[in-house]
Amino acid sequence: MRRLGLGALALLLLTAPVWLASPYHLHVLIMAGIFAILALSLNLLLGYTGQLSLGHAAFFGIGAYTSALLALKAGWSFWPALGAAAALSGAAGWGIGRLALKLRGAYFVLVTISFAGVISLVSVNWMELTNGPLGLPGVPPPDLGPWALRTKGAYYYLVLAAAALAYGVCHRLVHSRIGRAFLALRENEPLAESVGVDVTHYLVLAAVVSAALAGVAGSLYAHYTRFVSPEVFLFSYTVTMVIMVVAGGKGTLAGPVVGALLFTVLPEALREAVSWQWQMLAYGVLLLALLFFLPRGIVPAVARAMRPARTVGVRSRSAPGARGEPE
Amino acid sequence: MDQLLQHLVNGLVLGGTYALLGIGLTLIFGLMNVVNFAHGEFYTLGAYAAFAALALAGLPFFAAIGAAIVVGMAGGAVVERVLLRPLAGESIDTTMLVMIGLWIAMQNAELLGWGGVAQSIPHPFPTAPWTLGPLGIAPLRVFVFATALALIGASHLLIQKTRLGTAMRATFQDRDTAALMGVRIGRIHAVTFAFGSALAAAAGALLGPIFLVYPSMGDLASLKAFCVVILGGLGNIVGATLGGLILGVAEELGAGYVSSGYRDAVGFVIIILVLLLRPSGLFARAERIG
Repeated sequence: MRRLGLGALALLLLTAPVWLASPYHLHVLIMAGIFAILALSLNLLLGYTGQLSLGHAAFFGIGAYTSALLALKAGWSFWPALGAAAALSGAAGWGIGRLALKLRGAYFVLVTISFAGVISLVSVNWMELTNGPLGLPGVPPPDLGPWALRTKGAYYYLVLAAAALAYGVCHRLVHSRIGRAFLALRENEPLAESVGVDVTHYLVLAAVVSAALAGVAGSLYAHYTRFVSPEVFLFSYTVTMVIMVVAGGKGTLAGPVVGALLFTVLPEALREAVSWQWQMLAYGVLLLALLFFLPRGIVPAVARAMRPARTVGVRSRSAPGARGEPE
Repeated sequence: MDQLLQHLVNGLVLGGTYALLGIGLTLIFGLMNVVNFAHGEFYTLGAYAAFAALALAGLPFFAAIGAAIVVGMAGGAVVERVLLRPLAGESIDTTMLVMIGLWIAMQNAELLGWGGVAQSIPHPFPTAPWTLGPLGIAPLRVFVFATALALIGASHLLIQKTRLGTAMRATFQDRDTAALMGVRIGRIHAVTFAFGSALAAAAGALLGPIFLVYPSMGDLASLKAFCVVILGGLGNIVGATLGGLILGVAEELGAGYVSSGYRDAVGFVIIILVLLLRPSGLFARAERIG
């Protein structure tokens, strides 16, 4: 049953350019894919290590600028530029992880916000490199061998592959020794440390992978919109990622993907009816409502609703809240 | 030299309002353990309340600032009652996300209500600066600084000299023991949040006439308030006052001697450096209130 559902989903995603007639709908799916990578990346930190990064737009922006600048000024083609974007964002994540490794909770949040603030100001003020607020137009589309991926259909498959890869990376990571170390840190750091989990090592690792994934999303975004400006550092990007992760279900693999789809498709569907400001207001109210009424997110709630029979047997063994939120 | 003095004067004036913002936040953070990312939105609320009282209701300038403080206090009380009290006992991460949600909701509600166009608050002070030798300072700025200092002094007296302040300090030091001694923790939390929000609103109403009033003005205000709290140490009012003045002067010097484009980066850099090098704040022997 489960396998059948996954197969149907894969088929649906793979054939999307065929049955989605309008290029606009395809565009929405492409953006959903890019945001899915971002949400997966944020979830590694927020969901699995319990550290909230409110500077995630910085890693996204660093990826976008790196890729765009290498393509425009050094004439690199897309693939090495993508690699460099991931590497530089990952390096920034390493730096933040190393610096902030002693900080938890609110203080970690503040360091990540401040980091994003500084980077954003650099992108505005370093005119020679970034062209300031005017941005960098004319980022070339990616090419694959002899083909340039100019069409939306081709780009869709690129983003789909990247999102699947990001999901795969997160899946491998979470279901390995490393993932169990993340969870141990999230649930009880002193206990984890006492049984030999190297806190510093794993937090830095989570930050590096998370930042590199966000950098990949940034590069994909830059080569898709063909334009990069300081707007990639907008706080609303980070807010959108947080909402996607919290709504979908932090600390689950499917949650961020579901959240990303929901919060890219839904706003586009409502675009006719409500303006952008109403949408942001709705995001804020929705985040509040989710935290009050569905604190664990959509995916865990649905999963629980779908198999009520099994939870009865399990309940006696797992203490309530054992798989709950951080703290 | 003259230029340096001028920067110092400007920085101190700015720093006074940063201190107001920081004191409100440090009380909320320290006493309630709530990371209030919506703090800057009360600053915005205060600025818009002053604007509305002046431009729409036709109140005189000084009454408008008073009205802003009242609106901020009422707003804070409502938020505490509706959002924070039901979450008492939840983890600090949950309330932090709730305050982020409130931040987005309040900011965009203001954007919808007032539109994105920046408004200016008219004030009765002459625009020609008072000069003292080479120094010049606008009378409005003198008023703003004096009012900020008066409010800071009043906060200090409230915390140190009143029964309420004693209860607040007791709650900060040890919530459970304070509760055993008969302090009603819920009420102290309500008062703290309303009081902190009122101070943020006061800062907004005071800086509104100097700068412009627009919906996203609270973003930087929040971060500056956090910077002040981090400089001063959690729950430390004197530290927050000094931290505010330091941030104001540092920004003014940074803008004057380094690059005006990086003015707002000063606060960010201070946050990062202090958290890395001296996480308990510059003035902390131990975390304390008062």
